Amino acid sequence: MSRYLTLSALAVLFLFPLVWSGYASLEEPSNYLEMARFGEGIDTYAVNSVLVSVMTVGGTLVVSALGGYGFARFDFPGKNVLFLATLAILMVPYATILIPLYVLLGYLGLQNSLVGLSLVFVMFQLPFALFMMRNAFEALPRELEEAALVDGCGTFRAFARILLHAVRPALITVGLFAFLASWNDFFAPLILLNDGSSFTLPVAVVSMTQHTFGAIDYGMLQAGVMVMALPCLVLFIVLQRHYVRGFMSGALRG
Amino acid sequence: MTLTVTRSRRAAHSAPSARWRSRKVQGWLYAAPTAVIVGVLFLAPLVLVVWMSLNRWPLLGQATFNAPANYVKIADNPLFLDAVVFTLKYTAITTVLLSGVALGLALLVQDRRPGIAFFRTAFFLPGAVGFAAAGLLFYGMLNNDFGPIDPMLQALGITSEPVKWIGTPNMALFSTITLVIWRFAGFNMLILLTGLQAIPTEVYEAARSDGANRWQIFTRITLPLLRPTLALMLILSVTGSLLAFDQFFVFTNGGPDNSTVSMVMVVYRDAFFRFDLGGAAALSVVLLVALVGLNTLMMRRLR
Repeated sequence: MSRYLTLSALAVLFLFPLVWSGYASLEEPSNYLEMARFGEGIDTYAVNSVLVSVMTVGGTLVVSALGGYGFARFDFPGKNVLFLATLAILMVPYATILIPLYVLLGYLGLQNSLVGLSLVFVMFQLPFALFMMRNAFEALPRELEEAALVDGCGTFRAFARILLHAVRPALITVGLFAFLASWNDFFAPLILLNDGSSFTLPVAVVSMTQHTFGAIDYGMLQAGVMVMALPCLVLFIVLQRHYVRGFMSGALRG
Repeated sequence: MTLTVTRSRRAAHSAPSARWRSRKVQGWLYAAPTAVIVGVLFLAPLVLVVWMSLNRWPLLGQATFNAPANYVKIADNPLFLDAVVFTLKYTAITTVLLSGVALGLALLVQDRRPGIAFFRTAFFLPGAVGFAAAGLLFYGMLNNDFGPIDPMLQALGITSEPVKWIGTPNMALFSTITLVIWRFAGFNMLILLTGLQAIPTEVYEAARSDGANRWQIFTRITLPLLRPTLALMLILSVTGSLLAFDQFFVFTNGGPDNSTVSMVMVVYRDAFFRFDLGGAAALSVVLLVALVGLNTLMMRRLR
């Protein structure tokens, strides 16, 4: 029984900040109206965030599903080198290659671009995603693929029609990690986006504390926190099982 | 007769090799998007950061070769040297406290019992919130006029006047570490849970039937068997703390008096406030080499 008391006390400590933030944001309904008018309008930033998340999740799923299938089922020269190079992304601290990425995206005409930012997020997600997808395809019975090939499908049609469906749980896990990372990340958009109208939510809402002349509107700030946090909280609670599988897979170990 | 034999033999021989060649090409096609992303967005910037560090590279304008000036001037960058000391101190305290809290939570929720799923979710939930959002949440929660913490502490008689949560260097560090523990304890708990659940129950049963008490079971069985998982958690925590940026940028803004400026913050300021991308690249290379070295060392020693 004392264990439940400890657990409950701890749960209150961990949940209190979230509950308080929701309460503080709603205390004055005008907080949300103020926030809606902040800067270029909160809708601009929200749309930017949604676009970046959709492109990151889509890009990560396509690249890692194709790559995972290639690594699980084919032998080709350079296979091991490419796999190790991808896993090496985990070894290199992400903050240290953002400055060159800023310059490089400029060369590619992708500076201050949501597409450029999304591509960078896809790269950062790739070691985890590729590892997950390769393991998922390796775990499929060979017969599944052979049956499709005998039926006259090419490998690509077998992949697209049958195998992709069979690895759906892994795709959900990879997509969830990609969404949380791209929706929440602050450092990459801070460096790679330099025009207010292309800001994503975290950069825009943080600027509420740094570029206001005069007093900071704390109620509006908590409304901003809620707009960022709620989609993640809901998604996490609904897809928790898939999130935990990401941990269990050992992919974090790289 | 002979002709047909050779022909069919050649056909038999060439069919699998052509098929193998086409499997090779197919394999490459599936892996090509990965290769492009890794090549263009990971390997190229790795080379570029080294090249940039060897040049005077202003934010706007022409780059000129000036090696090793960017590295030499690191020694005269007092902000960076202070940041190294501060970041190491922050990393040490955070890693110890975070590991302790995460291990405590993991032990509390490791057994399946009624309602335990709720507590696991409750402890993890802050981890779903973005770090920037979490920083802003604490920024409001600890504000003396707006936040609820000061009135609560005063009502309980713990403090008599508003606390300077981010007003002094030590309090700013303390408040930031509290924020980090709140945000990451559940994440680390989840890592440790995967390790705890991999320990077979028979091992515990055997120890119990040998008369081991709970402390002996913890120190002689749980901890040694948890070692690889603890190592992973330590590596992630040390690396993450050494690269701290968001918490200090959002929550303390490096203050008061630059007392909470982390190493990555100096890289950012050099690049975008002093417009010195070459200098920022040199600092990045130093950080990169140090962290890859440290990671390799920790993996060897801890596993």
